[in-house]
Amino acid sequence: MTATETLAPHLVGRTRDEMAQRVAADLSDGFTVNLGVGIPLAVPKFLPDGIEVFLHAENGVLGFGDHPGDGNEDPDLTDAGKRPVSLISGGAIVDSALSFAIIRGGHLDATILGALQVAENGDLANWYVPGRNPAVGGAMDLVAGTREVWVCMEHVDRKGDPKIIPACTFPLTGHAVVTRVYTDLAVFHFRDGGLVLTECAPGITPDDVRARTSAAYTEDLE
Amino acid sequence: MNDKYREDLMAALDVVPSGSSIAVGGFGSSGRPDALLNALCDLDKRDLHVIVNNVGDDYTGIGRLVVEGRVRRFTGSFPILQSFYDDYFAGRIELELIPQGTLAERMRAGGAGIAAFFTPSAAGTMLTDGTFPLTYADGHAAQYLSPKETREFNGRAHVLEHGIAADFGLVKAQQGDRLGNLRFRLSARNFNPLAAMSGRTTFAEVEQLVEVDEIGPDDVHLPGVFVRHVVMTAAPVPAGPEYTASLKGSV
Repeated sequence: MTATETLAPHLVGRTRDEMAQRVAADLSDGFTVNLGVGIPLAVPKFLPDGIEVFLHAENGVLGFGDHPGDGNEDPDLTDAGKRPVSLISGGAIVDSALSFAIIRGGHLDATILGALQVAENGDLANWYVPGRNPAVGGAMDLVAGTREVWVCMEHVDRKGDPKIIPACTFPLTGHAVVTRVYTDLAVFHFRDGGLVLTECAPGITPDDVRARTSAAYTEDLE
Repeated sequence: MNDKYREDLMAALDVVPSGSSIAVGGFGSSGRPDALLNALCDLDKRDLHVIVNNVGDDYTGIGRLVVEGRVRRFTGSFPILQSFYDDYFAGRIELELIPQGTLAERMRAGGAGIAAFFTPSAAGTMLTDGTFPLTYADGHAAQYLSPKETREFNGRAHVLEHGIAADFGLVKAQQGDRLGNLRFRLSARNFNPLAAMSGRTTFAEVEQLVEVDEIGPDDVHLPGVFVRHVVMTAAPVPAGPEYTASLKGSV
């Protein structure tokens, strides 16, 4: 069966907020994490009670909090997406070299980011579509330096084609770096270098996932 | 006292020749030395190699240098401005695209006497394997970023990156004194200490010129040993799309 044949019916899995909520449920108290643009930015609002995480921004903010409220924005306090933020109690400011020492040195507990493609060996492509305008930011440092690289993305692209595939066709961000994938349909973990389906979203069957995933994987459903 | 304060910013900055390499602090407009960047334009400096994280998303700061055609080469991670890409694909500007953390460390290394270092960032990607277009000509890639030397450490591939010692550094701080000691504010610090270290001659524009010792020794974020000239910042010059339209109309 090809991906094209699976276009209909469109499955309704987790919404973007529900995906963020699912990721948030896996964060541990005291984690320091970096959040990429898109769905990951919604993760903090779904943290379970009693779980406090430190949010790291590439531009040198450790422990940033919510938007400070209209009229309280400070141009000298933004996250890496240049959005106004606040600082939580215990927050700290560092320069860009130290900020990336935190990243590259393995001092983050997790980085949560979006992706164009994830390959069955954990390769990640998320920075560049050839022919478009290239920009890389800190993505390559984040995936090179962080032990837990969690991808949070739609399961298929806008054309309905799989994004979890045998090998990436877009330029790589890093080799064999992804450790988990959270999509609207499922959750995957990489174990011993192999991709494992661990969970289907409510209302989604393993067959639904199989039909929309071209990568090879095993199942270990909880 | 070696008084580094210069009342006349334009006169001080005029020592920068066209063709220079310039490391610039800031992350977007946050902590960006706009008074110095505007002065580069007003002094008609051209053919510049700017080493800076982002171009920004409007025509202020680095964006103004780009839209006025003053940048020969950009070394950074996040250009974003459409005018920049138009110039890149038209063959008018070189893009040395490197990861943001590699940029920060290259600036730091250049100022710290470290010739080069190995990093795992971008190993095995098109930014280090010689396939990323540095320049375009006639709609096609003309030159590529050189492939980077790769070596394995602890079973992982790393690439060799060289420190960047720029001809000049341009930075912004919230406070500075006449000895060049600087103190930054919140996330406006970002690349500023590193650009100051990278520059062989560094200019710092400050929001407040304070008395020596007003910034306590434990509170100096960057000591004046890295700074040659201190100038006052100015209110940002608005240079939005209207400015660009008027500029294009006049060319």
